[in-house]
Amino acid sequence: MEATFGSTEFWRNGPQPGALYKFPGHVNTTQASQIGAAKRTLAPTVTGTSVLGLCFDGGVIIAADMLGSYGALARYRNLSRVMKVNDSAAIGISGDYADYQFMKSVIEQRVIDEECLNDGFQYTPKSLFSWMTRVLYNRRSNFNPLWNTFIVGGVQDGEPFLGYIDKIGVAYNDPTIASGYGAYIAAPLLRDAFEANPKMSLAEAEKKIDECMKVLYYRDARSLNKYEVAIVTKDGTMIKSPIVSETNWEVAHMIKGYE
Amino acid sequence: MASTLLAETPRGGFSFENCCRNQFFEQKGIKAPTAYKTGTTIVGLVYKDGVVLGADTRATEDTVVADKNCSKIHYISDNIYCCGAGTAADTEMTTQMISSQLELHRLNTGRTPRVCTANRLLKQMLFRYQGHISAALVLGGVDSTGPHLYSVYPHGSTDKLPYVTMGSGSLAAMAVFERGFKPNMEKEEAKKLVRDAIAAGIFNDLGSGSNVDVCVITKDKVDYIRPFDEANLKGQRQGSYRYKKGTTAVLKTEVKKIPFEVVKKTVRAEPMETV
Repeated sequence: MEATFGSTEFWRNGPQPGALYKFPGHVNTTQASQIGAAKRTLAPTVTGTSVLGLCFDGGVIIAADMLGSYGALARYRNLSRVMKVNDSAAIGISGDYADYQFMKSVIEQRVIDEECLNDGFQYTPKSLFSWMTRVLYNRRSNFNPLWNTFIVGGVQDGEPFLGYIDKIGVAYNDPTIASGYGAYIAAPLLRDAFEANPKMSLAEAEKKIDECMKVLYYRDARSLNKYEVAIVTKDGTMIKSPIVSETNWEVAHMIKGYE
Repeated sequence: MASTLLAETPRGGFSFENCCRNQFFEQKGIKAPTAYKTGTTIVGLVYKDGVVLGADTRATEDTVVADKNCSKIHYISDNIYCCGAGTAADTEMTTQMISSQLELHRLNTGRTPRVCTANRLLKQMLFRYQGHISAALVLGGVDSTGPHLYSVYPHGSTDKLPYVTMGSGSLAAMAVFERGFKPNMEKEEAKKLVRDAIAAGIFNDLGSGSNVDVCVITKDKVDYIRPFDEANLKGQRQGSYRYKKGTTAVLKTEVKKIPFEVVKKTVRAEPMETV
């Protein structure tokens, strides 16, 4: 009796403490089982939809709605997806919110370290853009991506700057930027507006952004009618939150049936 | 048993005659011919007096532009026109088929055909083919009950709306519509909005390009404006590289006649090609 009680044969092939149990008939799926618990973002969980960016005369404006979607569920309706880095740069984020929170803490710590050096220098939008591109591309090359799209904007040497960085490391800069569904719906509107008036004022830019956010609310099924805006000018960075655009549903009176 | 009512009264149920054959071909490695798509921006808009339809004019075969100036607004009847996106052959043949069915119906009833009739005919046919006919259409017209606009999807569903867009450039065009649509617009306003929507598709979508075609349908007449806006003109050559006559000196000129004789003449009857 003593022999069987303390014997390791008692629970043969059972789970080791702290490890995952291999069920009988288990098929050895390479990646997942070798990693154990998922340590890499394989699919995004809470996501943010499009982010828009527009250059105007003397600065940039970055807009993102305040929704965190859990798949098709509109779960978190008060998330901030724009972040002030310093007085010359701001970023807007779409994609996995957890990965953004990680990046946010890294950036905040770096900004603090920069302040501690007390040499009068701070992160410029272009240097921030360059650094983030390298981080994202590096992570993608190690099959451990940050599942985000970052829009980096700011004013450098008096010139406005807007950059786009993808989870696979695609990076470019342009006077008008849109990520996610915004690329299909809002980008044509932003491009039109910029081509017609490259030196628009802040008020005009805000109006254009509001128009685009409204159209996105009409046509993107994972959006919300409440958004935030980060405005960077030579005078500093300002975050306006929350903004609710007025929507017009009058067209509903013209629609009856489907044939 | 020739029916004078409609050209074809289809038998009930789905026809899966060719499925076995197609599967056999796939197994043997014989690839089905690839579709010649239109990758398009098409739009429709209801305004004060009628309907305005718009379309771009680029037809693509994957990444190559097959036709720089094709016509995507098809005639259904004198008061009904239809824009088509998707496989070019499918949109062309489907609209022609429904056009002929509608003409026979018109002769039978003695009345101007209604847009809802064309809509029914289209959706019933497309549903029968379960989405294999890749035709996404914007159907618009004016009949005795007023102006009507429908969008018809390849699987057979339809929507009756005041403004619609279809095709790969539909999101860009819809963004412009959402920004600028108002009920009961004037004709020039409506034409401009349609032109702007197609232009958004042309310049922001790679599947759409070239010119903007517009078709304005009212109670009394149809204005088929092709092209409405030549948005992408080919650049003009700045200079000519032709050498002037006399650049190379002519030393000697000789004219020779080449002799030949007729060996045999045959006359042969060739039968007419019928489908």
